[in-house]
Order: sequence, then C-alpha cells, then structure tokens
Amino acid sequence: MTGLLAVTLPGVPLLVGLLGLLLPPSPAGAATGADRARRAAITLGVAGAAVALVVAVLLMLRVDGPVEGSTTWVDLGGLPVTLGYRLDGAALLVAVAVSAVALAVQVYSIGYLRRGPHDDVDVDHRYPPYAAQISLFTAAMLTVVVSGDLILLLVGWEVMGICSYLLIAHDRRLPEAPAAAMKAFLVTRVGDVGFLLGIALLGVGAGSFRIADVLAHDYPAGTLTVACLLLLAGVAGKSAQFPLHTWLPDAMAGPTPISALIHAATMVAAGVYAVARLYPLFAQAPAALAVLGVLATVTLLLGAFAATAQDDIKRVLAWSTVSQIGYMTGALAVGAPAAALFHLLTHAAFKALLFLAAGAVIHAVGTTLMSRMGGLRPAMPVTFWCMVVGLGALAGVPPLAGFWSKDGVLAAAEAAALDGTGPAPAWVGWLVWLGGLLGVAVTAWYATRLLLRTFLGTARMPLARPHDPPAVLRWPVLLLAVPAALLGLAAFAPWFADRLRVPADDSGPAVELVHLAPNLLLPFLLLLAGAGVAWAGWRRDPAADPARFLGPLRPVFARAFRLDDVQHALVVRPTTGLARAVRAGDELGVDGLVEGSGRAATALGAGLAGLHRAALPRAAAAVLAGALLIGVAVALIGVAA
Amino acid sequence: MTWGQFLLVAVLALPASGAVAAALVPGDRAGRLVGTAAAGLTLLATLPLVGGDHGWFGYGPRPAVQPWHRLDLPWVPGLDLRFHLGVDGISWPLVVLTALLTVLCCGYSLWRVPAGGSGRALVALLLVVEVGILGTFLALDLVLFFLFFEVVLLPMYAVIAGWGGPDRRRAARKFALYTLFGSVLLLVGVYVVVAAAGTADLMVLTGGAGLSRGTQLAAFTLLALAFAVKSPLWPLHSWLPDAHTQAPTVGSVILAGVLLKMGTYGLIRVAVGVAPEGARWAAPVLGTLAVAAILVGALVCLAQDELKRLIAYSSVGHMGFVLLGVATLTATGVQAALIGNIAHGVLTGLLFFLAGAIKDRAGTGSLAELSGLRESAPRLAGLLGFAAIGSLGLPGLAGFWGEAFAVVAAVQRGGGLWITLAVLAALGGALTAAYVLRLLRRVTHGRPSPAVGRLSPGLAGAELTAWTPLVLLALAVGLVPALVLSYAAGPVAALLGVVTR
Repeated sequence: MTGLLAVTLPGVPLLVGLLGLLLPPSPAGAATGADRARRAAITLGVAGAAVALVVAVLLMLRVDGPVEGSTTWVDLGGLPVTLGYRLDGAALLVAVAVSAVALAVQVYSIGYLRRGPHDDVDVDHRYPPYAAQISLFTAAMLTVVVSGDLILLLVGWEVMGICSYLLIAHDRRLPEAPAAAMKAFLVTRVGDVGFLLGIALLGVGAGSFRIADVLAHDYPAGTLTVACLLLLAGVAGKSAQFPLHTWLPDAMAGPTPISALIHAATMVAAGVYAVARLYPLFAQAPAALAVLGVLATVTLLLGAFAATAQDDIKRVLAWSTVSQIGYMTGALAVGAPAAALFHLLTHAAFKALLFLAAGAVIHAVGTTLMSRMGGLRPAMPVTFWCMVVGLGALAGVPPLAGFWSKDGVLAAAEAAALDGTGPAPAWVGWLVWLGGLLGVAVTAWYATRLLLRTFLGTARMPLARPHDPPAVLRWPVLLLAVPAALLGLAAFAPWFADRLRVPADDSGPAVELVHLAPNLLLPFLLLLAGAGVAWAGWRRDPAADPARFLGPLRPVFARAFRLDDVQHALVVRPTTGLARAVRAGDELGVDGLVEGSGRAATALGAGLAGLHRAALPRAAAAVLAGALLIGVAVALIGVAA
Repeated sequence: MTWGQFLLVAVLALPASGAVAAALVPGDRAGRLVGTAAAGLTLLATLPLVGGDHGWFGYGPRPAVQPWHRLDLPWVPGLDLRFHLGVDGISWPLVVLTALLTVLCCGYSLWRVPAGGSGRALVALLLVVEVGILGTFLALDLVLFFLFFEVVLLPMYAVIAGWGGPDRRRAARKFALYTLFGSVLLLVGVYVVVAAAGTADLMVLTGGAGLSRGTQLAAFTLLALAFAVKSPLWPLHSWLPDAHTQAPTVGSVILAGVLLKMGTYGLIRVAVGVAPEGARWAAPVLGTLAVAAILVGALVCLAQDELKRLIAYSSVGHMGFVLLGVATLTATGVQAALIGNIAHGVLTGLLFFLAGAIKDRAGTGSLAELSGLRESAPRLAGLLGFAAIGSLGLPGLAGFWGEAFAVVAAVQRGGGLWITLAVLAALGGALTAAYVLRLLRRVTHGRPSPAVGRLSPGLAGAELTAWTPLVLLALAVGLVPALVLSYAAGPVAALLGVVTR
C-alpha cells in the first residue's frame, strides 16, 4: 500500500501533465471549444495537485521510519539503475509542502491567467499547456523528493529545469521572457555538469546508484570531497547560490504564480533538499561543507543587499529568496540539516504567500513597480494583512513561522562557532552566524520598505482603482497565511521535530529545532533596528524611497554588484566568440582541407590533361623521347643483367 | 529452413523486391503505395526476429557472437564467400529502427514528393538504401558486410542529387567521394583481416582469432578510419553538413537516423570485435577525438545560422557521445553507445522531419528569418520543442541515457585522461543545451517574422502519422530504456569478454 501511494505521489501529476499536453494549446476561434479545453486543463491541473496533496498527507500519517522499495530500471553494464522510492519523515513533510503550494498555484492561476478587462482583445493565455507544465513541474519535484535512486533524482531534477524554462517563457507579451527562460535553464545546466559528474563518481564508486547503497558505501576521503563539491555545483545552480544565482531574479519574467512555485516549493528548494538527503556524505567531507558555508554567507548577504534597492516588487521577493536559501545552505554547512529543512518548510509557506499576495497587488494595479504603488491598504485590506503576515515571517517577527526557523539556523551556527559542534571547522560557524545576524537586520529593513512603499503613504497612481482580488485568488492567499503564521509553532511538537531528523535513523540525539534562550534576543533586537531605520527614513518623507539612504551604493545594489555583467564578460562572450572561431576553423580549416584536396586533384588532372593536349610536333617529339627513354632503360637493365 | 532463417531472408528480400516493384508498377502513386507496403511488411518481419534462442547459458567457453537466428549459405565457393546472416541483441534494435524510419519516410513520400523527380523512383531508392543498411546490420561475413556497406552509397547519392536542395549536386558528389574514400580503407582493412586470418566469418574472427599484434593494429586503424568517416568522427565529418542540408527531408532522416549508425555499429561489431588489441591501443585517441567532436559540434552549432545545417552539426556532437562510449571499452560505455545510437536515430529523425516541414512552409531555413513559430503554429512549435529538448539529453527522454552513461563510463574507466574526457564531455552536454535553447529562442519565441507569420497552424495527417511513432518512441525509450538494452547485455558482455581478455 505504501509503495503504491509512493508511486502515485509523483505518478498522478505526471500522468495529468502528459494528458494536459495533448489538449489543443491554442484553441483558435470558437469560444466554446476554447472554453472546453480550458476547463479540461483546469480540472486536470487542480485534480492532479489535489490527489498529490491527499496522497502526501496519507503517506505522512502512515510512514514513520524510513521505507524503501525499488525495482531495477535498467542495468547498464553491471551498473544497475533502480526505479525506487525512499520515504522518511523529512521527505514526506517536503512532499506535503510541495503539493500544497502546487495546489494553491493551480487554483490561483485560474483567476490570474484569465482574460481581464484591461487586456488586449487577442490575448491568448494558452492555458492548457501552462497547467500541464505546472503538473509536470510538480511531478518532477515530487520525484526528486521521494526518489530512492540518484539517477531517478537526476531525472526529476532536470525535468524541473525544463519545466521552469517553459513556464518562465510562458508570457508571450514580455519581450524579455525568452531570454530569462534560457538563462534560467543554462545557468542551472552548467551547475548540473557538476551534479552529473558527482553522481557518476558516487555511483561508480558504490557500484550502484541507490541512495541507500551510496550512503552505506565507504568512499576514500578524496573521492568523497570531490564528489560532494561536484554535487554542490548542481545545488548552487538549482538553489540559486552564488555564483550561479543570477538566473533567479530574471526568472521574474514568468507569470507570478510560477514565481511562487519556483521560489517556494520546487526548484530552489530542490538543492537544499538534495544536500539534506545525502547529508551523511557531506558530514564526512568538511572541506565541501566549508565551501558551502562560504557560498551560503556570500549568497545570504548578496541577496539581502540586492533586495534593498529594487523597485520591482517581484524582484525584491526574488532577491529575498536568494538570501533565505542562503540561510538554509548555511544551516547545512554548520551541520544542522533539520534546521535547514525547517526553514525550507516555513519559507515555502511564507514565500508562496508573499508571491501570491504580490500577484494580487500586480493584478489590481497593473504594474510591478513599487514607485507606482503606495496607499493600497484601504482598498485592499485582505491583501495587506496577508502581506503583513508574509513579510513578518520573512523578517522573523515572533511568533510568525520565519522567526522560529531562522532562529534555529542562527542557534546552530552559534553553537558551531562557539562550541565547534558542526562537522565543518569553527570559522564556518562564525561566518554563517555573523552573516546571518547581519542578514536579519537587512531583511527587516527591506521587508519594512516593501510594506511601506506598497501599502502605506499616498497613492502614486491615482487613476487605478485597486480592489481585493476575486475569491479564486483570495482563498489560496488566505489559506497560505495560516502556515506562514503558525508553522513555526509546530517545532514544539516532538512529532514534527522527529520527522525532520536527517539521517532518519534511530541513532543520534533528538533534534532540537527551537531554542528558548536569552540569545533569542539578539536577532530580535537586530530585527527591530532594521525595521526601525526603514520606518524612520520613510517617516521623514513618505513619498520618497527609503532606498535613497543607500547613497552611492544604491545603483550597485540595484544591479546586484553587477555580477550579471561579470558573468557576461567571463562566460557568455568568450563562449560565443569561441563558437564563432570554431565554426570558422571548421569550415575553413577542416572542410577547407577537404575541399582543397578536391580542388587540387581536379587542378592536377586538368594540368595533366593540358600536357596531353599538345600540338602534333610536340606530341611526336614527346613520343619519340619516351621511346628513346624506354630503349635506354632496357639497354641499361640488359647490360646490368 | 527455420522460421528465423525465413525471417532473415524476408527482411532483405521484401525491400529489394519492393524496390523493383515500385520502379516497375505503372503509375507514380501506385509505385509509391507498393513501395510503402513493402517497407511496412519489412518492419513487420523485423519484429518477430526477437523471438529466437537467447540462450546465454550452458557450459564451456562461449562464442563472442551468438546470434538468435543464423543463415549460413555458400555463395561464391571459389572465393570462399559465404552468405552468412544473423541477428542478436546488438543489431536487432538497429534493424527495427531502420525498418521503422524507412516506413515513415515512404509513407511521408505518399503525401509529399520533393521537387526533382518521380515519387516512385524516390521510394525505390529508399528501399534499396534500406536493403543495404539492413544487410550491413545482419551480415556475419566480413566480405558480405563490406558489400552491403557499399550498396548504400549510390542510391543515397542519387537521392541527394535528384531530390535535394539548390546546391545538391556538389553536396552529393562530396558525400559520395568522401565516403568512397572511407570505403577504400574499409576494403583494405577487410582484406588485411581476411588474408591474415584465412576466414571472413565474423563469429570466428571476433576476439582477435589469433591475429598478430601488428596485424591487429593495422586492421583496427584502417577499419576505424573507415567507420569514422561514416559515423562521422571529427575531423572526418565535413561531408555531413553539406549532405544533410541539401538532401530532401526523407533523405536527411535516413542519413541521420540510420546511415550514420552503420559506422558506429561497424566500429563495435567489426573493428573492436576483430582487432581487440588494436582497439585497446587506439582507445585513448578515439576517446579524445570523440570528445573533440562533442565540443566542436556543439560550438559550431552555437554559431550556426541555418536550421538544417545546425541539426546536421548536432549529429556530430551526438555521435561523439556514442563514440566516447565505445572508446571506453566498458560494458557500460558500449551499452550507452547502443542506446545513444537508437536515441539519436529517433530524435534526429524527428528533428529533420520538423525542420523539413518548417523549411517547406516558410520557404527559408535561415534562423535570422524564422521567429515566433509558437504564435502562428503552436503545435509545430511544441513538437519542435519536444524534439529539441529530447536532443539536449533531457532525462526521461531517449537522449539522456546514451549521453549521461557515456560520461559515467568514462568516469568508470578512471585515470587522468578518462576523467578529463568525462568532464569535457559533460561540459559539452551544457553547450548542447545552449545551442538547442538558442535554436528554440530564435525559431519559436518572439514576434512572428514575415516568413513565419503566414504559416497556417494546422498539420497534415501524413505529417502527424510520420511523427507520432517517433515522439512516442522518444518517450518510451526514455522511460523504459530496457526496451533497447535488455537484449544487449548478454552480447555486449560476451564481446567485451573477449576484447578485454
């Protein structure tokens, strides 16, 4: 029964997604036909996500310890690849989060991708492929979550990449969407080069790709460190960690529900989850964890500072994701995978809430720029309060979800720094702890700025008539506000905390997710300081952007330290230049040699033919000369013989 | 004569007689119908070939080649030539793929004949090509192998020169001359082996058959060069872009889909099998060139601006992965090469069908003049997206297994050189993604260009019929790789058993 449910979990969204792709993508003309295809797509999409959610909850109730099952998929020359699942408490909690967010996104999209009164007449949202791709995306993420085999995990991992590509490019009215989609896929794919090589090293070493076999195998230290570092390249790509984070802010070109899906439950969560899944390996490779700690701290601060200067509300949230994922990888680096997964879960709730609420704002005012919003609170009270909950959770206001989970991360980092409890050296703990504390203040600052710029002050677009969204958009937002507010308290339930334990076995101490200690006060004070500074700046002139206080740093932060330009100069341009050079070399050099030898043979033939086309006297002379030569040769050979 | 022997004969006799009938039947459409029917029957005949004696049990030393069905008749007794056919797990998937693609191409020709000649002549030539390719895959006699290998050449030349694009004559001449050059080497290689071993029987020859080291090195060099031209292996590839670009759609599909596979199949079955010592000796060079092909193919594609030419160059890269798998001389690598062969045939066949459809409709293949296909023809754009994504090696589709496991095999082989090759090949995978997405961005995204804007969104029934099997196969091989590989494990293990001895 458990096995059947485990197969159903990714299987149903997969099936639904494949079926949805068969619907007519753009039912032309006939309004009735279009409506039927759209209704079918909605039914399939919502049903797929709902079934996945029910199955995930059922499994979570049934499964206690780790459960595994597998069957051979294919045997490639003695290296078996299995089709198997591996369920444990953490996997199922993540699966529930994934399918809950997917369901919210499917429902929300019904209202969000509908022809609105302001739209052009010819807007065609192409709903059937859109909903089908969300289903495939969900199926891929669930595959990553439950997979018991590294190759199967890789399948989900990459399918997720291609779904994000398709969905980011979905909006055909945005000229920047195709480039953003391509960037998202290519940057993550570059990371996946490492991921594939890491999996190859682990699988070849263990003689099997089953996660259980890989975890049980005793690798030489060098191999393990190299393999973990290679895996981290893939993790950095998927989870938008420095230096492969550049795709995530651009991915905002996708429809807002897709941003919620990518940022909350799928894609960026996959990297963190994969490390947690393979944590016993990473725990034996302190060098890899140290690298992860450095990257995490850089990412955490980079994302937080970049978020301070954005004007686009979605880009603020995108950079906040980069920063929050930095907290999760930081927790992994200091040896607290449970804290990382806890933050992953609360982040899934509040980030989905934030994006969907931001979508409601965008839906109402028709722009994503905060400089054209302001004063929306009286018109959109529901959205406002949901946004308050989401931003409070993001900044870590007690007792909202983010407060408890972020505190868990910081407490683990503090313990690693002060007591050296982590598997990585103590300086990694210091780095993550101090970076994390600074991040708390900056996060509070930009969260406050977002709230003030969007909802308070005077309206900067007086013509628009904002309103709370219709029910199909409102309910997903309202329901997501519940876990965003309360999920943190779940950490007090031993039932919940035990499930987050990685590795999920009976050994090891009980996981402590929350720390009611005096040092809770430190992040809280930093939070107050950050929020207070932003508020004070806004008070002085409610019409102006608090980001003006950043001074000369503002354009640097707004362009995220110009790392896009660095990437363009160091990777993109050399590659295209190399491509042009290789093409020229191939066509002129390699093929030139071939064509040249052909031409040379023709020319040689023509030359010889020309020699033979001589006038009679010269031809006669040549024949006689030839006869003479032959005669002389015969005579000489005869004498010699 | 057993049922299996009957099938073996039928697999060759059906397309041969179909070609004759298609050429002789009065009426163009009738000829095409007869030819298509013959191709269909051939496909039906290839399927039950799988039901033979797969016996990988018993005692004593096992032969390195143990066909499921075998037909061994004296042919020219004076020259000791034998008509020796057989099929096993290495050749059977390729046989089926060949028969399938030929049916699809003949069926497609029922609907549309490219300008240049009569339709039934085209179908007849396709069937002759099929006879040659199937014979190559089935032959168990080295001289017979060579003969079938050569049968393919002239009809393919005629297909390109007769029905091709504007620059068809030059491209066809280059194709014929270049591959003839390879054939000369193959002929010399075959006779080096036959003269030294005193037999042309591949079942006896496989494993070295007591050939001296020097003979094996010479034979492997000659044979590998010949197959490298056909596969093609960089830097012997430059006939391919011209031929693929100028050939008619069906010609490109057969060329990319199965004709190139004769090279990789020959490398596995003949070159590696007959001269294992030579293979071990040359493996590093072969692997290095294969990785160079991956990188060069991908980089050229990244700077390419013609649709069919881009797909043609992508074949160089994909076949590089296949050759890397072979070069590792591990069971994983050879199996990756086998499934890579099939996947490339399916996906590139589909890509050429789609590129042909786009070119026919828009009247141009220049990437600069194509854009916004998803606006005017969403289904065509969706199919192109599917084939392109499959071709970049997305897990879950056919292309993944061959490419990923060529890399895994190189890692498995170990050592500085092979690890470096694995890293470079994996990077080549990222470059593949780059050019595939560039292609999609140019062709499908953005505002429709004038050439694309006037396309009608619909697809013809014949097109859907020709493409659906390939789409399904790409998905099926991706999800159930055992379809291709489950039969290959035994033969590959046996082959490598004698090679690495």
